[in-house]
Amino acid sequence: MIEVKNINKSFSGNQILFDINAQFLQGKVNLIIGQSGSGKSVLAKNIVGLHTPDTGEVLFDGRNFVQMSRQEKTEVRKEIGMLFQGSALFDSMTVEENVMFPLKMFTNKSHKERLDRANFCLERVNLSGKNKLYPSECSGGMQKRIAIARAIAMQPKYLFCDEPNSGLDPKTSIVIDGLIQEITYEYNMTTIVITHDMNSVIEIGDRVMFIYKGKKWWEGDRNSILTTDNQEIIDFVYASSFMKEIRDNMQKKI
Amino acid sequence: MIKKLFENIGLYFQMLRVVFSKPEKWSVFRKRVFDEIQIIGLSSILIVAIMSVFIGAVIALQIASNMDSPLLPSYTIGYITRSTTILEFSPTIMSLILAGKVGSNISSEIGTMRITEQIDALEIMGVNSLAYLVLPKIVAALIFFPILVIISMFLSICGGWIALVLSQMGSTEDYIYGIRAFFKSFEVTYALTKTVVFAFIIVSIASFYGYYTRGGALEVGKAATQAVVTNSITVLVFNLILTQLMLL
Repeated sequence: MIEVKNINKSFSGNQILFDINAQFLQGKVNLIIGQSGSGKSVLAKNIVGLHTPDTGEVLFDGRNFVQMSRQEKTEVRKEIGMLFQGSALFDSMTVEENVMFPLKMFTNKSHKERLDRANFCLERVNLSGKNKLYPSECSGGMQKRIAIARAIAMQPKYLFCDEPNSGLDPKTSIVIDGLIQEITYEYNMTTIVITHDMNSVIEIGDRVMFIYKGKKWWEGDRNSILTTDNQEIIDFVYASSFMKEIRDNMQKKI
Repeated sequence: MIKKLFENIGLYFQMLRVVFSKPEKWSVFRKRVFDEIQIIGLSSILIVAIMSVFIGAVIALQIASNMDSPLLPSYTIGYITRSTTILEFSPTIMSLILAGKVGSNISSEIGTMRITEQIDALEIMGVNSLAYLVLPKIVAALIFFPILVIISMFLSICGGWIALVLSQMGSTEDYIYGIRAFFKSFEVTYALTKTVVFAFIIVSIASFYGYYTRGGALEVGKAATQAVVTNSITVLVFNLILTQLMLL
């Protein structure tokens, strides 16, 4: 479980996050949603340590990440897998080398053992046989799946996904969402997904946290988000005419 | 602007402190150094060779064409060509050329890794991204720049000889006598010391601009330009300082 307590963060005097408290549960897909600029990516970067919060604590199963030394943080980071918005694959390496990279850096496995693990992870994301391709030779959806394979190579306890569906078509988005959900349950990971894709919310959101203007505005699950009377959530969820139509149809049925 | 300059200098030294950390895995570090020797060093041999031969030829021809006085001994062409090449052309001018070629390459490579979140990916995995990316480049440059400069010295002197013989403005015997006349081995030590300092400056400054790039493709281009400009100025300033310290 990951817990954040009283997180505040500002840049050059401009406060972005206001006193955020939240718990992200193990074995669940925890979603952080909100409009662009609401602070959800900043919150995620504070949790994984790319930013340091001005005040507050980030607890990985009770271990306070903020107060750790660089060496201690490195140890925790080996338990974290992250899927970036732009995949962040190393473009000078092949698919196989990308997946093997964390194993090469942090384990004493032989080349064959690393290769076996990479093949297993690539098979898990349905990319068997693509080992020798370079990221530039892969489609956006494939790159996301390679990034997932790399993220799970070290069998992480925590998985972070920053807008995993951005730039993908709806069908591929569903595949990526499905993969994230499956591996979360399969490996009993604590998964945090940053998104503003309502389809992801409905498909995989075991727990949903809504950030509004840097504050935690609402928390619930994928069913309650559709029925809440919170105005800011209603504006966010039913922003598109398609969602409005669904709501109208639901109301007619009732 | 002055404030920004001092901020950058502070940030640069903070960066160096992290760069010189123990690598996560020596086997990976060793492979990275060899890769960087290939990228930074071996790929620069052709440009260094071409420029050295031609500039050596031009130096020799210019000296020959300006030697009007019969009081000047005929070996002067070889002597001045050797001195110019060893003292200044090969270590300094070659370093300025490498500041452009290697500096822009390093800055844009690391800058692109920054804006495409590859550096964030390294950090989140627990890899010290500065030590992983920058240290092998520095080590490779410290090893290979002096080799490039020695190649440049040799080819430049050869270029001068070829030009002189082909243009019939001097004899091989006089030229060879000139390049051996009054030779002090300290001149080579001085040149290689300068080269090592310039290698460190070029790679570390280029890495600094690349690593702290923010924004998109436009900023990567700007960072590469800034890296080359700052590198060139810094190399010239340190050239003056080292000359004062070592020769005077």
